[in-house]
Amino acid sequence: MRRRSADGVISGPPRIPFYNNPRIRGVLYQLILLAALIWLAYEFVINVRANLAAQGFSSGFGFLGNTAGFGVSQSLIAYSESDSYGRVFVVGLLNTLLVSAIGIVFATLLGFVIGLARLSQNWLVARLAGGYVEVIRNLPLLFQILFWYLAVLGTLPLPRQSFSVFGQVFLNNRGVIVPAPLFGEGASYVGGACLLGILATIALARWARHRQDLTGKQFPVFVSGIGLIIGIPFLVLATLGFPISFETPQLRGFNFVGGIRLIPEFIALLIALSTYTAAYIAEVVRAGVQSVPHGQSEAALGLGFKRGLLLRLIVVPQALRVMVPLLTNQYLNLTKNSTLGVAIGYPDLFGLFAGTTLNQTHQAIEVIAITMAVYLVISLVTSFVMNWYNMRLRLVER
Amino acid sequence: MFNKDKGSTMKRAISMLGAVVVLAAIVGPASAQTLKAVKDRGSLVCGVSQGLPGFSSPDDKGAWTGFDVDFCRALAAAIFNDPTKVKYSPLSARDRFEPLKSGQIDVLARNTTWILSRDALFNFAGVNFYDGQGFMVRKGLKVNSALELNGASVCTQAGTTTELNLADYFRANSMRYEVIAFGTADEMVKAYEAGRCDAMTTDVSQLYAEKLKLANANDHVILPEIISKEPLGPLVRHGDDQWLDVVRWTLFAMLNAEELGISSKNIDDAVKSNIPEIKRLVGVEGNFGEQIGLTKDWVVRIVKHVGNYGESFERNVGTGSKLGISRGLNRLWTKGGIQYAPPIR
Repeated sequence: MRRRSADGVISGPPRIPFYNNPRIRGVLYQLILLAALIWLAYEFVINVRANLAAQGFSSGFGFLGNTAGFGVSQSLIAYSESDSYGRVFVVGLLNTLLVSAIGIVFATLLGFVIGLARLSQNWLVARLAGGYVEVIRNLPLLFQILFWYLAVLGTLPLPRQSFSVFGQVFLNNRGVIVPAPLFGEGASYVGGACLLGILATIALARWARHRQDLTGKQFPVFVSGIGLIIGIPFLVLATLGFPISFETPQLRGFNFVGGIRLIPEFIALLIALSTYTAAYIAEVVRAGVQSVPHGQSEAALGLGFKRGLLLRLIVVPQALRVMVPLLTNQYLNLTKNSTLGVAIGYPDLFGLFAGTTLNQTHQAIEVIAITMAVYLVISLVTSFVMNWYNMRLRLVER
Repeated sequence: MFNKDKGSTMKRAISMLGAVVVLAAIVGPASAQTLKAVKDRGSLVCGVSQGLPGFSSPDDKGAWTGFDVDFCRALAAAIFNDPTKVKYSPLSARDRFEPLKSGQIDVLARNTTWILSRDALFNFAGVNFYDGQGFMVRKGLKVNSALELNGASVCTQAGTTTELNLADYFRANSMRYEVIAFGTADEMVKAYEAGRCDAMTTDVSQLYAEKLKLANANDHVILPEIISKEPLGPLVRHGDDQWLDVVRWTLFAMLNAEELGISSKNIDDAVKSNIPEIKRLVGVEGNFGEQIGLTKDWVVRIVKHVGNYGESFERNVGTGSKLGISRGLNRLWTKGGIQYAPPIR
């Protein structure tokens, strides 16, 4: 602040007018730019709506309430042709999430196995894993999806000549059909018993680790856990007189009736996505494991660790720190690659909504905007969860 | 400090300019100038299918032939007196309307059904093929009627009227079904051949065409039921009356020529005819071509280069072709069919 002392001496930093103050100018410019951007977005929307109206196209999201009129081959919720486009959107979204979630699980498991196999001491195993990675990574995913689809369709028989397992599970080129569970009275107790089993296992694991810290004695948590998760619900089932029964699929005319069917499009897409992403995850795993300093393994081996324990307790936990951000990439890729399922007729969000619905309603901008927003949200949620997990893994300095 | 101010002002100015350019580019082709644009460009851009034998398919040298292709060639002949001045844009059933809406193609001649919801957004120029939807099954299934398809799996193309008609038919007859909708016709045919579905459904003319592409065409049969009306025709954008007249009257010219007995074989003699109707058709009398923006001899150009409706039909989809579809409803009204063109006068 500038001061004038009693005898007229001005001291303090020179006072500058507010329009020359760099901070205020900076804020002012940003406000003006923000206002310009908002005006631009507003003009864009108004312009598009006027042009569409001039050509006779309606805009807005009202079309989501119109009747769809077409059937869908796989739906996790009840769907019929007289449902609205909004419901078609939900069906497609659930199908996308289903194949992405299961694909991520399978890809991670397979990727870990192959990645660790490539680092194996066994020369043949390492070369085979290496060959798998090189071949799968270098073929376009669309070709692989088509290959698995035609392979699945080509090897499986027609429904009238299905492979059957004990007369309960059937395999044909319309899919895999398993008996559907029929829930009678008291079935919810069984669900509660499953949950109880899982909670009991978690509590047991905690107690066993605490006991190991105190006394050094190990407890077979894995086996006991399986016993609890299967045993407790089974006991409840038996006590209630087996309220859950199964409805066997029957061949009637062209196809099977009853039971739960996995369509071949789903199976082929799942296999293709899992094997393709697993090749990339295998390399991520290999990078992570190689990033752990070799001294760690040497020390552990010197202490008498077996290779399996070495991997599980020492190498992989440290390798995860490197792997998790890269795994996030692969999970996002898998989710977005699932849109290629439209080439084999898998009814995912892209095929049902951005394909059929867009074509029937001609509302391209709204449909594409919704589809992009949904994929963006799915990807953001996935990366958010993975980043949270990554934070948990970071080195905590003392 | 002075430099920083200048830099940020410049950046702002450039971003504003960029935004204005983007806005200007978004303004679509709402004006009615398609004929002028086509003449200036020197060629017609025609939306066709990705390969449907008989209607629009490229041969092994890349030249397009077919019934819809002939219509595009007739348009080009009428405008430029040269049927080769056409660029063909292959479009799948799912993606055929956006290019027309956005102005990338001038006309869509892609065996598209004339329905109200499409007419509300575009202008249909007429019906060049009266068709209906049917089913194709393997002979080995021993199915003789579509009503025996309860519980069947049916392959179809996504985003077509076929999907909707299929749902209506099975619901109306209280039959269960499983529908698998593919993005392109080729994927649908491949899946049908692999046995993924018991039946394949689309317009009967398409079934005839796709049957040609199957490995053992004789193992398949097209069921007799026609479950819907499918009037197929070319379409153009809304908002351009002159272009609609040009496209519409090209089709009517070919029909009128056949009605009057004028074909590519006798067009040179027809020019010298004394019959008033023929004189008006070939442009010796009146200026009807000029009234819609073409030349007086526009019909002569069409018939000389492409032929009349009957010639085009027989050559591409009729008895003179591999499809072998009979004229049926597509006969002229004077011969028992329903192809009827308004007179040129």
